[in-house]
Amino acid sequence: MNIIFWILAAVIAVCSILTVTTKRILRAATYLLFVLFATAGIYFLLNYSFLGAVQLTVYAGGIIILYVFSIFLTSTTRDEQKAKLKTGKLAAGLLTALAGAAICIFLILTHSFGATYPVGDEVQMSEIGTALLGTGKYQYLLPFEAIGVLLLAGIIGGILIARKR
Amino acid sequence: MFDFSVVTKWVDDLLNGILSPTWATFIEFVLIGVCILTAYAVIALALIYIERKVCAFFQCRLGPNRVGPFGLLQSVADMFKMLIKEIIDIKHNDKFLFNLAPYVVIAASVLAFGCIPFGKGLHILDFNIGIFFLIAVSSIGVVGILLAGWSSNNKYSLIGAMRSGAQMISYELSIGLSILTIVIFAGSMQLSTIVESQANGWFLFRGHIPALIAFLVYLVAGTAETNRGPFDLPEADSELTAGYHTEYSGMHFGFFYLAEYLNLFIVAAVASTLFLGGWMPLHIPGWDGFNQIMDYIPSPLWFLGKTAVMIFIMMWFKWTFPRLRIDQLLRLEWKYLLPINLINLVLMVIIVVFKIHF
Repeated sequence: MNIIFWILAAVIAVCSILTVTTKRILRAATYLLFVLFATAGIYFLLNYSFLGAVQLTVYAGGIIILYVFSIFLTSTTRDEQKAKLKTGKLAAGLLTALAGAAICIFLILTHSFGATYPVGDEVQMSEIGTALLGTGKYQYLLPFEAIGVLLLAGIIGGILIARKR
Repeated sequence: MFDFSVVTKWVDDLLNGILSPTWATFIEFVLIGVCILTAYAVIALALIYIERKVCAFFQCRLGPNRVGPFGLLQSVADMFKMLIKEIIDIKHNDKFLFNLAPYVVIAASVLAFGCIPFGKGLHILDFNIGIFFLIAVSSIGVVGILLAGWSSNNKYSLIGAMRSGAQMISYELSIGLSILTIVIFAGSMQLSTIVESQANGWFLFRGHIPALIAFLVYLVAGTAETNRGPFDLPEADSELTAGYHTEYSGMHFGFFYLAEYLNLFIVAAVASTLFLGGWMPLHIPGWDGFNQIMDYIPSPLWFLGKTAVMIFIMMWFKWTFPRLRIDQLLRLEWKYLLPINLINLVLMVIIVVFKIHF
């Protein structure tokens, strides 16, 4: 159990760093894919296979493919030349990174993490379904519908932009 | 009916008896890995042979007939040829992505292969959300194809990869929705539960009209998902030489080749599991004697038999229909299959709610 966690954690850490340090944009997308795989692996390790599978379909199977397609359609090899960073931008980036790191380290040190091992069995799919579409306490019908309307609006907006006049 | 979980349990107890739990688990991982990869390779070789024979008979030829009796060893010989071929380095490409892409494709297909129930108790990954996991991992393969097309630095490969990406993403919707129809009917996503609930009749018969529509849609979408003819325009040899794997050689090409055949097997196996009862024998409620006789046939044989029928139908498609154009392909999915599927989903819900099924 522990060994697998450390392997996944190492993959996440190494690939995250490679994602931002690599010069080629498609490689960055591939490293990001590995990060998302390893995250899904951690969900599976926690016995929450539903979230793991959602992670795989939505992020690995959806978002990354979207990224790759947009890279295909927009980038040329000339874009991959070294771009000079301006001093102001560099300072702003460093400041943001430091602030982000400070917040993360503060949270990790002050928050008491609960169980470190999977608790109980796999969550039943029917339980997740009832929670998503129920109206009681700790049930999520309203957010579910709101997200549905948002996505529909997104689709209609996309069609409106893309249609032929 | 023999339950294979007896065997797996025996192996598990044996290993746990003589080793510490960590090592026992580790050895089980290795054992399962070896079994699954062997099955993967053997099934792929068998499928390549079958495809060549079926293709030959459709074209009034004999097919492979020199190596071994009836040419049975032809694909084994081909495998050795592939294994000892040189992997050619090509210039001006992204070496890392170029070498990575075949592994992404094959990993996705091995993961999906691991979910399939081969017989009673003969099941590697049996998640609560089994079928959803299967769709999730099989959608990763498309990333490998896109990477292969891009990193080959060849415009034909890139066009092939783009076509393949567009095709697989679109037809995944149809596959997902037709599987969802059956999930509604079964009330579960776990593959073992889905198979067991077909003990009194296969879903294709019990779910009558909506199940039949879902089955037909699944067949069309599944054929498209495997990039096979009549939907083989990602690798249309007359236009794009070989599409996304043009630049690959040796075993890297072999990986694409194996994954293509195994995806055919996976699509057929999922069709037989969801619609034709998987390893469940043909049972007719009321005919007890008949059911007993059917139970004597081992469950893996049922599974492989049904899958073989599905594979034959898909090969039949490939060697009879002419290739579609890309606009026809996308129109078929977005204007016909998807609306049919959505209406079919509502129909299935009505049938389940009012219990108008067998």
